[in-house]
Amino acid sequence: MREIWALTRKDLLIEARSKVVATQVLPFAMVILILFGLALDADRSSLRSFTPGLFWVATLFAGILAIQRSVSVETQSSAFEALRLSGAPGWKLFAGKALAVALQLLAIEFVLALGVVVLYRSNFADPVLVVTAALAATIAIASAGSLYGVLAVGMGVRDTILPMLLLPVLTPVLVAATRAFDDGLGTTAVNGWSWCGLLGLFAVVYGAIGAVAYAVVIEDA
Amino acid sequence: MPIATVEPSTTAQEAVGTSSRLTKILGFACLAGLAVLFLLAFVLTDPDERVDEATNIVTGQFDAVRLLYVHFPVAIVTYTAFLLNAVGSIMVLWKKSTWWDITAAASAEVGVLFCGLTLVTGSIWGRPIWNTWWEWGDVRLMTTTILFLIFVGYLAYRRTMTDSQVRAKRSAVVGLVGAINIPIVYKSVEWWENRTLHQQSTLADLAVEDLTLFAMIFGMVVFLGVYAWLLIHRFRIGWLEHQAETTGLEQAIAERRAQAPDAIRNAVTQARSSEPETGVHQ
Repeated sequence: MREIWALTRKDLLIEARSKVVATQVLPFAMVILILFGLALDADRSSLRSFTPGLFWVATLFAGILAIQRSVSVETQSSAFEALRLSGAPGWKLFAGKALAVALQLLAIEFVLALGVVVLYRSNFADPVLVVTAALAATIAIASAGSLYGVLAVGMGVRDTILPMLLLPVLTPVLVAATRAFDDGLGTTAVNGWSWCGLLGLFAVVYGAIGAVAYAVVIEDA
Repeated sequence: MPIATVEPSTTAQEAVGTSSRLTKILGFACLAGLAVLFLLAFVLTDPDERVDEATNIVTGQFDAVRLLYVHFPVAIVTYTAFLLNAVGSIMVLWKKSTWWDITAAASAEVGVLFCGLTLVTGSIWGRPIWNTWWEWGDVRLMTTTILFLIFVGYLAYRRTMTDSQVRAKRSAVVGLVGAINIPIVYKSVEWWENRTLHQQSTLADLAVEDLTLFAMIFGMVVFLGVYAWLLIHRFRIGWLEHQAETTGLEQAIAERRAQAPDAIRNAVTQARSSEPETGVHQ
């Protein structure tokens, strides 16, 4: 656990000092929310009913930037080589990086949640379901993102190939999270907890694959 | 660990094509099979018409059902192709095999083609039957589209890397993550029964008429043959590309080595000529 937390703490410390997520990714997420509002012609009832989908699309787009940032800090000064030489097993390196991304994503989601309440006048009818779904979806996004982030390392086209690879893989998570939020925000009558279960399954599967495959892909990073 | 390579039986320079006697026979057999399939689909089988005895109203898919003799087999080939990609990906990670890497890549490429065909034929069939080209609410259509996009990404990803060993390893991971969606697509109509317009499997319980069933299974065999034919040719192209990369690199190293004595001689000569002639040894 010490190695995992050390790596997470290192990434959070870099973020605290550089403030890239706080000053660039978070404002970008808010820009997406505002653009959706303008594109939908400021029709508040439409915005309210589309809030779950818009929320998670904004989270995914902002998440891509957070994942790219998480990888780029390791590509500078051959930091990946230092990670490999640290002696920590691959799954711990993966867990540390994914946890840091997940915490940053949760911060983004918190700000986005405030945004949809203020801008779209959405109402969180079932906060327990919303928080549980958000946690499961965040773990799934951070796990798949951390793995794919390393897969895109060392390429001239990293910035374009990462969304191309990652977004289709995360589409089931997007759908399940949106349905769970549909119930949690009371926009559509669906069984949000069953979708939450599916999110949990994706979080476990992507987490397990990432933990196993990270050691293999980090060798050439 | 380096990827194991097999000594080439033919060099890239010697190869003149990707066909062999076997593939020629297979190719002609597939052409004949396709002709028979179209005969079965368009002439020998009946349109889907059911008469309600109480109201005497005729319902069914009518002639649109004929498209299913293509749609269903190409969907089965799609699953087969992506499953072979998953097997190849496991073998790459397990055995570090170049042969399996090229097989996985070839299968994914042909699989993307068949997945695209599945979507197109399904869309054309859906227009008269569902009254729409595209149905967002259909879970199988959506999961198949995601599968298509994942493997388009897989192919694009492979093209971004020049180091064959790194490409094999990383692509295998991407292929395996993509393979998670295969059972989801297959089982989607059972898991989300109320979110699909697709029917559940009726072949397993033989709930279709004899000739229809025969045409479906025959179509499956024919399209699996077409898949095998395309796969073999794509594999051979991939193998030749691999050999061209390997022999190309070896040739470049050999040429560089051959140049080395001259280069060293020239460098020494140049260094000597630039030395001051008045140099005094102390």
